[in-house]
Amino acid sequence: MNSTKSIPDHIQKIDNDLLKLERAKRNYSFLSIGIVILVCYLGISVSENSNAGSFARGISSFFDYPVDIISEAYQSGFSFYGLIIKYIPVLIETINMAVFSTTVGFIGGLIFSIFSARNLIKNPTVIFWVRRLMDVCRAFPELVIALLFLYLMGKSALPAVIAISIHTAGALGKLFSEAVENCDMKQIEGLESVGAKWIMRVRFGIIPQVFPILLSYTLLRLEINVRASTILGFVGAGGIGEILSKNIQWKYGADICAVILILVLTITAIDYLSRYFRGILIGDGKKGLGFGAKILPGKNE
Amino acid sequence: MSDVSIPLRDKIYQDNIHVFETASKKAKQTGIIFTVVVLYFLFAFFSLGVDKIAEKWNPERASFLALDIYAHKDHFKMPWKKTENKLQITLEGNLRQEYKVTPEWAEKSDDNKWTVTFKNGGKVDAYYFPDNPLAGYAVMYDFPGVEEIFTFRINEDKRPYVEGYEDRVEELPGFIRQTKNKLEVRPSLFSRIQFTKSKIEIHRFSRGWKYFWFDNNGPLDGYSLFGALSKIFSGDRIVEEMSNAKLIWVEFTENELWQHGKAWYALLETIIMAFMGTLIAMLVGFPLAFLAAYNITPLAGVRFAVRRLFDFLRGIDFLVWSLIFLRAFGPGPFTGIFAIAFTDTGTLGKLMSEAIENTEKNQKEGVESTGANKTLQNRFGIIPQILPVFISQSLYYLESNTRGAVIIGAMGAGGIGLQFLGALQTGTDFENVAYYTVLVVGVVIAMDMFSAWLRKKLIVPFGQFG
Repeated sequence: MNSTKSIPDHIQKIDNDLLKLERAKRNYSFLSIGIVILVCYLGISVSENSNAGSFARGISSFFDYPVDIISEAYQSGFSFYGLIIKYIPVLIETINMAVFSTTVGFIGGLIFSIFSARNLIKNPTVIFWVRRLMDVCRAFPELVIALLFLYLMGKSALPAVIAISIHTAGALGKLFSEAVENCDMKQIEGLESVGAKWIMRVRFGIIPQVFPILLSYTLLRLEINVRASTILGFVGAGGIGEILSKNIQWKYGADICAVILILVLTITAIDYLSRYFRGILIGDGKKGLGFGAKILPGKNE
Repeated sequence: MSDVSIPLRDKIYQDNIHVFETASKKAKQTGIIFTVVVLYFLFAFFSLGVDKIAEKWNPERASFLALDIYAHKDHFKMPWKKTENKLQITLEGNLRQEYKVTPEWAEKSDDNKWTVTFKNGGKVDAYYFPDNPLAGYAVMYDFPGVEEIFTFRINEDKRPYVEGYEDRVEELPGFIRQTKNKLEVRPSLFSRIQFTKSKIEIHRFSRGWKYFWFDNNGPLDGYSLFGALSKIFSGDRIVEEMSNAKLIWVEFTENELWQHGKAWYALLETIIMAFMGTLIAMLVGFPLAFLAAYNITPLAGVRFAVRRLFDFLRGIDFLVWSLIFLRAFGPGPFTGIFAIAFTDTGTLGKLMSEAIENTEKNQKEGVESTGANKTLQNRFGIIPQILPVFISQSLYYLESNTRGAVIIGAMGAGGIGLQFLGALQTGTDFENVAYYTVLVVGVVIAMDMFSAWLRKKLIVPFGQFG
C-alpha cells in the first residue's frame, strides 16, 4: 500500500503503458515465431510430397549441372569466344524489348500518376478508377499477360513488350503518384496566380520537380525489366531467353555457358550503370545508393 | 517590350551573356537527348515489329478466348451413319462429360429427326436416314434477324451445300462460310453449326461457368451450391458411404472439369515457394550482412569475400538459378524455394549491410559505455535500428517473390504457374485459364494486402522501442 502511494500517478501510468507495450511486443514476437515454424513445417512437408526428387539427392547432385556445362565450355577452347559474339544480336533484342517497354511503361505510369494524384485532380471518382486500373495492371504478373498474348499473336517479341509495358505502367504509376503527391504545391500556386492552365501547371510546376525521381525509379525498373524480358523469352517471346531455352533442350553445354555468361555480365553492367545514373539524378553521391528501395520520394531531394 | 529601345536590349544581352548562353546550351542539350531518344524509340518500334501488331493479332482466337472465358458450350454431335448409337450430347465436346439425360433443348421430335433449340429462339432440325447416310440434311429457322430458312444438304460428290445457293455461293449471307468439305454457320454469337458429309455438330453457348461447383459425373449433379449446402442439415444422406458435408467437400475438390483441389494445392505450392524462399533468404542474409558491414567487421578480407558472394548470388539471375536447381531437385517446390532464396540472400544481404553501415554510432557507443561486450553492443545498439527496415524490406520481397514463384513454376518448378501454362497450351480450356488467372491475381493481391497489414502491425511496436 505504501509503495504504490510513493509513486506519482502519471509515472505509474507510464510504467503500466510501457509494460503493456512490452507485452504486446513479446506477443507479436511469439506469434511470428509460431507462424514461421508452422509455415516451415507445412512447407517442408508439402515440398517433400510434391517434389519429383528428394532434398538429399538434390543437394548431392547440385554441382553436377554447372560442372557439366562449364567443362563442356572449357573443352570447346577458343571457339567459346566465337559463341559469345554469336549471341550478341539476340542479347540486343532482349535489351531492346526491355528498354522499349520501360519507355512505354514510363509514359503510361506518368499518365496514371497525374490522374491519380489528389493534389492535381479534384474529382474523387476519377482518382478511384484510375487507381483501381493501376492496381489491376500491377497485379497481373507479366508472365500471365505474355502467355495470353503469345497465344493470340504467335511467337514473337511483341507479346513480351505488351506484357512488360502493362505491368511497368502499373508498378511505376503507383510509385510516381506518391512522388507527385509529395510535391511542393507552392510552385503550382505561383503558376496559378499568373493564370496558367491546368496542363501548364502540370508541365511547369510538377514535372520539373519530380522528373529526377521518376527517372531514377524508371532506371530501377529497367533493371527488373531486362530480367523479365529474358524470362519471357524462355516461354517463347524471342531474344536471348528463347535461345537459352533451345540450347538447354539440345544440351549444348558450351552454348548454355556462353549465354549465361553474357546474361550475367549484362545484368551486372546494367545494375552498375543504373546505379551510377541514379546517383547523378538524385545527387546524393554515387556510393551507397545500391537499391531504389532506399530512394524514397523527397528523402534525397 | 515596346518601351525598351534596341540598344538597351542589346546591352542587357551583352551584360548577361552568361545567363543566355547557359540557357541556350541547356536547350540544345535537351534537344539532342530528346532526338536521340525518339530515334532509338523508332528503331526499337520497327525492329521489335510493334508496327505489325494488327497483322499478328488473331481475331478468331481472341473471340474464342473471350467467349470461352465467360461462357460454356454444349456440343450436339450427330454422325449421319449409325446415328442412333453415335449421337453425343456433351459439355465442351468432352466425352467424359456426356449428358446422361437428354437436355430439354435437344429433342427427338420425330422419327429420323432431332431438333436443337437455341436460347434466342432459333431452331435447327437435323434429319437422318439410317439406310442412306448421305441423304441427311438440316434446316435452320426462327433465328432473330434471319428471315430466310436455310437448308443444308450433301450432294452426289459428297460435298455439303446450301439449298438454293448451289450456283451462287458468293451470295450466301456473311454468317455462312462454305468451304470444300464443310459448312460453317454462325447465325449469332452464341450458336454455331458445322455441317459436313459425315456429321452435323451444333455448339450451343450459354453464359456462365457450368459445373463450377459439382461436375455431372458425381451424385451431386444438378445441385446448386446452396441447394447442396442446405442438405448438410437435413438428416438423410445423398450417398450411403459418407455424410453430406463430406460428400460436398469431396465432390467439390475432385470436380473433374475444374479440379479445384489440384488448383488450390498448386496455389499452396506457389505460396510456399515464395514464403520459404524469402524466409531462408532472411535467415541467411541477415547474419551475413553483419559480416559485410565495415563498422561491424574489421577484417577487410572477410568483408570483400562476403560482398562478392552477394554480388554473385544477385548477378546470376533467378532464371539461371532455377535452371540449375531444376536439374538438381527436379520439378517441384524445392527448386523454386532455393532459386528465390539464393537470389534474395544476395539482394537482402547487400541491402542490409548498407543499412547497418548507415546506422547511428551513438546508440552503439551508449551500450558500450555500460560495459557490454561486442555481441550485446550489436544486439542492442544496431539491431533495433535496422529491424524495421529489415522487416519491411523482407515483406516487399515476399510480395514480389509471389509473382516470381508463379514464373518459376511455369518454367518447370510446378505450382499454379505450370497449371496455367498447361491449361493455355491445350488451346481449348480457356475457362480454366480464366480461373487460374483469377487465382493468380487473387493471391498476388492478397499477398500485397497481407504484407501491407503485417508491415503496419510490426513496424509500429518495433519503432517505439527502436
